[in-house]
Amino acid sequence: MGDIFDLLTPFNTQAIELTAATDINADLDVDSVIILDFLMTLEDKYYISIPINLVSDVRTVGELAATVEQAISDRANGGSASGSV
Amino acid sequence: MDLFDKFAALASARDSLLEVGANPFDVRMEQVRSATEAVIGGRDVILFGTNNYLGLTFDPDCIEAARAAATAEGTGTTGSRIANGNYAAHQDLEAAIAGFLKCRSAMVFSTGYQANLGTIAGLAGPDDILLIDADSHASIYDGCRLSGATIVRFRHNDPTDLDKRLGRLESGGNVLVVVEGLYSMLGDCAPLAEFAEVKTRHGAYLMVDEAHSLGVYGENGRGNAEDEGVEDAVDFVVGTFSKSLGAIGGFAASNHPEFELLRLASRPYMFTASPSPSNVASVKAALDLIKASDVHRKTLWRNVRALHEGISELGFNICAGLGPIIAIRFDDTEQAFGAWRRLLDGGVYTNLAIPPGTPNGISMLRCSVSAAHTEAQVEAIIGAFRRLAGNLGPETTETAEATSAPA
Repeated sequence: MGDIFDLLTPFNTQAIELTAATDINADLDVDSVIILDFLMTLEDKYYISIPINLVSDVRTVGELAATVEQAISDRANGGSASGSV
Repeated sequence: MDLFDKFAALASARDSLLEVGANPFDVRMEQVRSATEAVIGGRDVILFGTNNYLGLTFDPDCIEAARAAATAEGTGTTGSRIANGNYAAHQDLEAAIAGFLKCRSAMVFSTGYQANLGTIAGLAGPDDILLIDADSHASIYDGCRLSGATIVRFRHNDPTDLDKRLGRLESGGNVLVVVEGLYSMLGDCAPLAEFAEVKTRHGAYLMVDEAHSLGVYGENGRGNAEDEGVEDAVDFVVGTFSKSLGAIGGFAASNHPEFELLRLASRPYMFTASPSPSNVASVKAALDLIKASDVHRKTLWRNVRALHEGISELGFNICAGLGPIIAIRFDDTEQAFGAWRRLLDGGVYTNLAIPPGTPNGISMLRCSVSAAHTEAQVEAIIGAFRRLAGNLGPETTETAEATSAPA
């Protein structure tokens, strides 16, 4: 989660306190394209794939962190039970 | 709680544009006089934002073909091909497109949007994986969503990034890579030869949307894949009739032996009315013109060089190299909007492109060159940009009033 807080810092232009409950779109005031680009940054950092199909299910920083952790777990297990590929 | 509450931010952005006196997304062309001329706000304006690359919307042969077809077969088909039948002209146009592209089969769609929607959603299913360029057109994104396939983006025009992401895929399923020949926002071409090498190495399929490049690139006008000499590596070609071919509609073409199955599997093809006789006839006439002569293409590129050079020399920041789309980057939305208004006041219509509809959140004017632009119009456009170059400051009350007042 801490890594994701750090990576989100450039988008936190209002310098609000980031928590697991922070709504990425509403609280950080970033548009959907920026969120999609941010996902690519996460994919590269953790060597995972996060299909954009999952974006509609991710609203908060906590949900995003859970998605990343699941993709890392899937990669380690060589599977894709959660939808990562 | 109102259904439209979710559009509050959109409404706010619209209202801020309306406050300064003009809505760039609601321009009324009172009369369209030719491929490059219209009347807007009571004034004659040169059209420099139409996608009418070959200028064929007013070609006499195309108009006559449309007129004759409407007279002979009526104004509309009033139904879908699968339910209400094929007009011979639909199938003749498909044969002509397939022949032009040297493909086994082609399918005609009622719009270019539906061509991407129907092709992608028809080809890919929930067990498949789509790798799409991050800057893909909305119709590609929507087609991907409709397919139910897993969707992964790769960085714009970056074959190395595609290679990396293809290498990360761990689950099975067919992989379809989707790119565009020429990107409509920035005006940059895809490096198709490199993409073709990557997709071949990974055993993926490749679809290229030549919407903006058909008729413009390649020795025979077949698009960017022809220009880069990789047509054989392209598994599916998609295109539109609403750019170089001067009408409306779209197509998909392929050498895959089972491609025709899409007629029974692609919902955007099956559940919509087929293109009207006049539309099909004008597209066929336009295609015949492109096949018979490269004069329009050569004229277009002459105009491209003149306008690109003329605008570039004035110090404007053009987003890509030589091409029929000249996208000019500005510092912010306000500056781009001011430039758009001043050009319109100066008699030149361009397209304002602002976030979130633009790559990397940039604000720009998107201009498109036409073979139908005369030398005098090219000079007039450059002249308008010359006047703009010395006047890029904040919008003033005077310029706002000038835009909103009729001539």
